Amino acid sequence: MENTINIKLKVWRQAGPKAKGRFETFELKNISTDSSFLEMLDILNEQLINKGEEPVAFDHDCREGICGMCSLYINGRPHGPDDDVTTCQLHMRKFKDGQTITIEPWRSAGFPVIKDLIVDRGAFDKIIAAGGYVSVNTGGVPDANALPIPKPNADEAMDAASCIGCGACVAACKNGSAMLFVSAKVSQLALLPQGKVEGARRAKNMVAKMDELGFGNCTNTGACEVECPKGISLANIARLNREFLSAKAQD
Amino acid sequence: MSSTLGSSIGKKLLMSLSGLFLIMFLVVHLTVNSFLLIPDGGEFFNAGAHFMATTPAIRLIEPLLAIGFLVHILWGVKLTIENRRARGNARYASGKKTTGVTWASQNMLVLGITVGAFLVLHIAQFWVKMKLTGDPLLDHTTISIGGVETEVENAYALVNTTFSYLWIVVVYVIGAIGLAIHLSHGFWSAFQTIGFSNEIWRKRLTVLGNIFAWLMGLGFSLIAVLQYFFYQG
Ligand code: HEM
Ligand code: SF4
Ligand code: FES
Repeated sequence: MENTINIKLKVWRQAGPKAKGRFETFELKNISTDSSFLEMLDILNEQLINKGEEPVAFDHDCREGICGMCSLYINGRPHGPDDDVTTCQLHMRKFKDGQTITIEPWRSAGFPVIKDLIVDRGAFDKIIAAGGYVSVNTGGVPDANALPIPKPNADEAMDAASCIGCGACVAACKNGSAMLFVSAKVSQLALLPQGKVEGARRAKNMVAKMDELGFGNCTNTGACEVECPKGISLANIARLNREFLSAKAQD
Repeated sequence: MSSTLGSSIGKKLLMSLSGLFLIMFLVVHLTVNSFLLIPDGGEFFNAGAHFMATTPAIRLIEPLLAIGFLVHILWGVKLTIENRRARGNARYASGKKTTGVTWASQNMLVLGITVGAFLVLHIAQFWVKMKLTGDPLLDHTTISIGGVETEVENAYALVNTTFSYLWIVVVYVIGAIGLAIHLSHGFWSAFQTIGFSNEIWRKRLTVLGNIFAWLMGLGFSLIAVLQYFFYQG
């Protein structure tokens, strides 16, 4: 049986980066609890377009929790009230009939608003680019057991690699720090033989770029880890600190 | 080197190392303070204070301690200002509903200022009197250290009299509890900052840090309270 709810939305509207923003409220009727949060926004936008009004701008792409494009700060939490999911994986069954839902963009100096709910996360791309290349030996296909990697290392590297660069960690952080993201990107390579050669340079350059772009200093509050849709662990930040400090000590 | 200490992680390294240094100082300080509870009219405490005041190695550490405090306070303020700027001015209208984040970790500066304010009073009451201005209560007294009769300052009398005022005891307890909460986050955080943590050690360090923090906080409080109630007259 399909359940439906009526909801009230309080959505941040902002015409452009420099424009002054404000909240606008909308009422939506008969929203299926089986629909995703982004489908609910699609319904809203369809209604706005039919009325000849400007649709709400929001980021999205894969809609299956793997690309990191969707964002949204919903009712006090990045990616909304559910744990370990992205906004595209959030379902309307998490909300009650008659509830008011407040939707805001990521708020951090490193992520300026472009329009409505869309923020510029280009800073993350710049940090990734600062990491530089990873050398991979070419030639014949190596034997499967020629490069032994301990299982725990492989697991931790894979866990770190699951970061989708969504920016929820920054959005949740009282210090506007990007350390969880950077630590995941450094850790996914620090534990593997591939890319070892560039390890020290990568840690130094990515941290330098992160600082240059104005992200804050991590004080280990752990809000990032709680709100990360991929459960990236604070242990990665300890590893980044180790990698960075030992790279600097070698100089 | 300057680029190391100028980086975000480098600045945190200074916070962590200065914090850990201050933690070691606290352990020594609480140990000496615990002599206040020996019911011998303050002989053992005076001997301890005399040792702390005259041993060359310890006198050398004193300026280092001042530097440790200064670095910790200055960088703590600097980091907090930078972090506010990085966060930006816009606030979330729907508030912050993230669960599982400790209050202490979000209020380190406020807690630090509580400890710092207490510290000013504390230094004025003891350090200034013992090192600079002197005080009639400190008039020399003779105690036997290892069988040798030695004339020392009566630090015990000064401490004992100070703790006869209720408001001072209350301020000390507030300062000590502020310190305990500061360290309930600071202890594990300092190790995380230098990279000494992972999934397993994080749990160990938070448990250890909480035990240590409250040992310090309650230890300092209890000594002041017991002095007020049971060691007067
Ligand atoms: C005996 C006194 C004190 C001790 C033992 C102490 C210890 C610590 C420790 C271990 C940390 C964690 C460092 C890290 O995260 O790496 C810390 C953080 C901090 N302390 Fe203190 N502290 C003391 C006094 C103060 C004072 C007087 C202030 C005054 C402003 C202060 C301000 C801060 C701040 C703002 C932080 C957070 C900085 C950050 O994590 O980035 N502390 N403290
Ligand atoms: S660490 Fe988590 S919250 Fe941060 S960008 Fe990666 S996936 Fe998103
Ligand atoms: S749209 Fe790709 S993760 Fe949500």
